[in-house]
Amino acid sequence: MEEEKMSKGVWIVAEQRDGSLRKVSFELASAARKLADELGDEVGAVLLGSGVEGLAPELGKYGVDKVYVADDAVFEPYTTDAYATAVAKVVKENDPAILLLASSVLGKDLSTRLVGKLATGMASDCVELKIEGGNLIAKRPMYAGKTFGEISVSGSPQMAQLRPNVFPADENAKAGEVVKFDAGVSAADIKAKVAEVQQDTSGKVDLTEAEIIVSGGRGMKGPENYNIIEELADVLGATVGASRAAVDAGWRPQSDQVGQTGKVVSPNLYIACGISGAIQHLAGMSSSKYIVAVNKDPDAPIFAKADYGVVDDLFKVVPELTVAAKKIM
Amino acid sequence: MNIVACVKQVPDTEALIKVKADGSGIEEGGIKWVMNPYDEFGVEEALKLKEKLGGDVTVVSVGPARTMETIRTALAMGAEKGIHIDDPTLYDADAYSTASALAAAIKEIPYDIIFCGQRAIDGDMGQVGSILADLLDLPQVTIVTKLDVEEGKATAVKPIEGAQLVIDTSLPCVITAQKGLNEPRYASLPGIMKAKKKPVDVKDAAALGISVEPKAKIDKMTPPPDRPPGKIIDGEDPAAKAAEVIRLLREEAKVI
Repeated sequence: MEEEKMSKGVWIVAEQRDGSLRKVSFELASAARKLADELGDEVGAVLLGSGVEGLAPELGKYGVDKVYVADDAVFEPYTTDAYATAVAKVVKENDPAILLLASSVLGKDLSTRLVGKLATGMASDCVELKIEGGNLIAKRPMYAGKTFGEISVSGSPQMAQLRPNVFPADENAKAGEVVKFDAGVSAADIKAKVAEVQQDTSGKVDLTEAEIIVSGGRGMKGPENYNIIEELADVLGATVGASRAAVDAGWRPQSDQVGQTGKVVSPNLYIACGISGAIQHLAGMSSSKYIVAVNKDPDAPIFAKADYGVVDDLFKVVPELTVAAKKIM
Repeated sequence: MNIVACVKQVPDTEALIKVKADGSGIEEGGIKWVMNPYDEFGVEEALKLKEKLGGDVTVVSVGPARTMETIRTALAMGAEKGIHIDDPTLYDADAYSTASALAAAIKEIPYDIIFCGQRAIDGDMGQVGSILADLLDLPQVTIVTKLDVEEGKATAVKPIEGAQLVIDTSLPCVITAQKGLNEPRYASLPGIMKAKKKPVDVKDAAALGISVEPKAKIDKMTPPPDRPPGKIIDGEDPAAKAAEVIRLLREEAKVI
C-alpha cells in the first residue's frame, strides 16, 4: 500500500513591485514563521519577478527558510495568468500544508485564482490565525465586520489571505536559501495582458496601506472644505479618506471611500471628522488600532468606537489639531 | 453577444446582523434581502453592453427560494432570462462549491463575457469570480472600474495600490465589478411587469451533474470584539481639546 503523503510546511507568496518587496510580504513571512514554529515545520516563500533573486535574504530576515524563485521577464508586470500558473505548479510539486497570501489588490486576484487551480478552500481577509489539532483556523470579519467567523479549510493546501497592517512584521532570521524552479510559463500563456500602468502621481500611500488616515464625512459640508483635512493629513503623513455620504455627494473620488462598499482599512490611527458612524462606515474602519472622532453631535454612533472623542465643531477643532501636531512632528 | 451576470442575494447594508446563540450562523428574521451591490454593477454593465453590441443577458444565481426575487430584480432591470440554482447542499456553501455550481450551469449555455461582483457583502470572501474563471479556463480581470468591449476583446481598468492597470483580454472572459464601474439603473414599472413573464430555469445539483464537497467551512461565528470605552475630551476651548488629543496620541497611544 502506498504511504499517504503528508502535506508539510507553511508557505507564503511574497509580493514585490518594481523590484522591492512590499511591507505585507514581511507580515506574511512573520505570520508564517509563528505557525511553522508551532507545527515544527519550515517556512517557504514563492517569489516571482524579473531580477528579484537578490530579495531572498530580506525574506530570510523575517523567518523564511527557503525562497522558491522563478526569475523571468514573463513575470513583469504582474498578470493573473503567469503568476497563478507558476505558483500552482511549485505548490503542487512541493505540497505545503498551509499557503498564505495578502489581501492586497494583487494578492486578492492571485489567491482567488489559486483556489480554483488547487481546488481548495481559503479564508479571505483574515485578522487572526491559530493552529488547532494541527490545522489552521482563521478568524476574519464577515458582513463587513458586523460579525466574525472562524474558518477551517478541508482542502489542501489550507489557504488564507491576510489583511495588510494587522499582522506584525517581526524579525526572526532564517536562511532564506534560494531554490530556483522552472515555472514553465511563456508569454503565450498570458490571455489578460497589462497594456499600460498608469502611476498615481499624488505620492500618497493607498488607504489600505496607510498607517494614519484622516477622513471627512457629511459634516464637511462641501468639497471646498477638505483643505483642512488635507492640511492635517500632510502634517501627520496621513492619507485622506471619506465616508459614503461624501463620495455619493461627489465631494471626493470613489477611491477615497472607507466602508462596506468602499475600502476596508486597518490603520494605526483613524481620525473621523464630521462622520456620524453609519453601520456601513464603521464596518470599514473599526479594526483601526486607534480611532479619534470629531463631531458636533454627542450622540453620533462614531463615539462608541472612538478611543478619543471631541464633541465640537470640526471647523474649529481640525485646524487646531493641525497646529498642535505641527508643534511635535 | 451572449452575456452572463452572476448575482447573489445578501442582507441590505443597513441590516443589523445578529449571530445565532450557538454561533452557527446569523439570525435571518427581519432581514431585508437585496441584490449584492457589487453584482448590481455587473448586471448594469451587462445591460449596457447588450445595448451597445446587441445580444442577451442571462442572470445566474445560487441560493434558496427567496433568491428568485433577486433574479426577478435583474430581469426587471432588463436581463432576458434567469437560471436559479437551488439546492440545500449549496446554501451557505463555500466559494469553490458555489463557483462549481455556477460553472456547471454556465457551461450549458453560450457565453462571451461573464460578470460577477468583486465580492458579496455578506461573506466578504471575494473568491467566486476568479474560481469560476479558472473552472471555465477563462482569463479574468478582477475589481474593474472601467470596461470597454469590442468584438473578441475587452479592455478593463483595474486600480491597484498607487496605480491603475489597463488590461487587455481576449473573450470570453470573467470580469468582476467594483464600485465606480457604472451607476446601476432602477427597474421601471413596465420592466417589473415584464420580468414576471421572463423565463427562469430552476435547477438543483443533480440536474447540473455536480456533487457538493465543501473545501472550507465556518466553524463558528462570533460578534465583533468590543472596543474598550473611549475618552471624551471635555472643555470649551477647541484649541485646548485639540492639543490634548495630539498629546494623548503621542504619549498614550504612541501612534504619531
